[in-house]
Amino acid sequence: MALTLMKGSEAIAEAAIRVGCRYFFGYPITPQTEIPEYMSARMPQIGGTFLQAESEIGAINMVYGAAGTGARVLTSSSSPGVSLKQEGISYIAASEVPCVIMNVMRGGPGLGSIQAGQADYSQSTKGGGHGDYKLVVYAPSSVQESIDLMTIAFDVAEKYRTPVLIAADGMICQMMEPVELPEMIEHKIDYKKMPWAITGEHESDTHKRAIINSLYITVEELDELNERLQANYRKIEENEVRYEAYNLENAEIVVTAFGTVARICKSAIDDLKEEGINIGLLRPITLWPFPYEAVHKAATQPGVKAVLDVELNAGQMLEDVKIAVNGDQKIEFLGRYGSHMPTAEEIYDKLLQMRREF
Amino acid sequence: MAVVFEKTKMLTDAPYHYCPGCNHGIAHRLVAESIEDLGLTNNVVGVAPVGCSVFAYNYFNCDMYEAPHGRAPAVATGLKRVLPESLIFTYQGDGDLASIGTNEVVHAAHRGENISVIFINNAIYGMTGGQMAPTTLVGQKTTTSPYGRDEATCGAPIKVCEMLAQIPGTYYAERVAMNTNANIMKAKKAITKAFKYQMEGRGFTIVELLSTCPTNWGLSPVESLKWLEENMIPYYPLGVYKDKGAE
Repeated sequence: MALTLMKGSEAIAEAAIRVGCRYFFGYPITPQTEIPEYMSARMPQIGGTFLQAESEIGAINMVYGAAGTGARVLTSSSSPGVSLKQEGISYIAASEVPCVIMNVMRGGPGLGSIQAGQADYSQSTKGGGHGDYKLVVYAPSSVQESIDLMTIAFDVAEKYRTPVLIAADGMICQMMEPVELPEMIEHKIDYKKMPWAITGEHESDTHKRAIINSLYITVEELDELNERLQANYRKIEENEVRYEAYNLENAEIVVTAFGTVARICKSAIDDLKEEGINIGLLRPITLWPFPYEAVHKAATQPGVKAVLDVELNAGQMLEDVKIAVNGDQKIEFLGRYGSHMPTAEEIYDKLLQMRREF
Repeated sequence: MAVVFEKTKMLTDAPYHYCPGCNHGIAHRLVAESIEDLGLTNNVVGVAPVGCSVFAYNYFNCDMYEAPHGRAPAVATGLKRVLPESLIFTYQGDGDLASIGTNEVVHAAHRGENISVIFINNAIYGMTGGQMAPTTLVGQKTTTSPYGRDEATCGAPIKVCEMLAQIPGTYYAERVAMNTNANIMKAKKAITKAFKYQMEGRGFTIVELLSTCPTNWGLSPVESLKWLEENMIPYYPLGVYKDKGAE
């Protein structure tokens, strides 16, 4: 199949449509506005729904309402908007409703900036809203990977009845790359697999009425919900961890990084390799479930003398890297705040400096 | 023996948790009977609010949602976009709809969203124990307005039907009361009309039901009905605020 040159945001929107998403609810916010813009033009052409909500709060609750029918539903936003969605996300997680949420991360805190950021790592992975819940969080590092993860995101959301977050940094949406899109499918709701879905049909001998709810007023009932959710999260941890291992063989230092930053790290690693210096990269693709075992294994393999964690934030994933490494390796951190993208040269210099200090 | 009365099948057999004299039970029945009267038992989804009627999903015998506080019209919007042929209604109290959920209801009306909102106005927060609502009357004492609602600092109570009637997307807005049998019959007619309009694809409809809260008003059920008549109806006049179908 021929490659098409596409802007990240438009490729992501088209990918969602191709994998059966026919309902999009969103609100304009930079740097993801091209996603709702694209959807507003594309959805009417294929009999889908685009709705510009009155707010991010409205949008996420429309997602909640639409996704309870078993339909494939998407919303997208950027950091401040995703903060507004957190109430709804907590309800969706508690109600076990599958859907996909895009966060095209920008610099924060507060209104921050409109360029790329990675400072929503903690919000994404540690439960941005109230209560004990988790989201499956994917962090693409290219436009093609964003497209590929869209299929996986909807499948995983439905398999585990959970909201899934795609945390792309602003760079992914704003750049153009040659991509291959998936084939167009019509998503049919399989009510045998989704007996919980809302249909409007009256209860009968063969059909139980559906209640989409997150209220469990007694201790016993709430325990039951939480135990069910936690058991589901353990299954996700067991089956859905994804990461990329790059140049780990004979590595002296292992770099940990995600998203666009991981790509910049690769450039530095490639440059060093030309000089005969082996640096490895362990890139989490799922920020949750985090690849703890893979990071530990890479960090402690023979010959590795240190780990360098590189992020576009003050060290949010660093906490998970430390948990993974568990004191078994020296860890250094190179961080830049939102919108201040580190250059390959800076990472290159940092790695050489670390090497001199061995 | 001839059957002279049967409970509508749109209500479950779950016993209501509502306080003695509260109007929610009657309001539920009116909604449920209207659904059955219109032959929509097999094509309806309700959205419950946060507030006293948070458990409405236990009582309405149909597919039900429990929405975050104030967000019912947004949840209903999402549902309606996927199930455009189904009757989609929200059931919301005055804290839920007229305070934390004003944005959602105003914009649902502006979009002319083809949903029906059943709005219970009892001028107080019931579930949390009697706090001041956006609809609490001036001078009315609540646990957060112990000296009576002060218009100078809290403003005047929100008149929801009057406000939403101004919106082009609102097709039908009527305020009814639950204080007398005659008014209750009118309430049912209004609810049925709203649902009928929705099934005809007319747009946004709202029925506001002035209701009692004996527990938090500190009155007996009978005194409450009198209080509603003497205090609420003068400020919240009953009647049709908009009916594009009758124009």
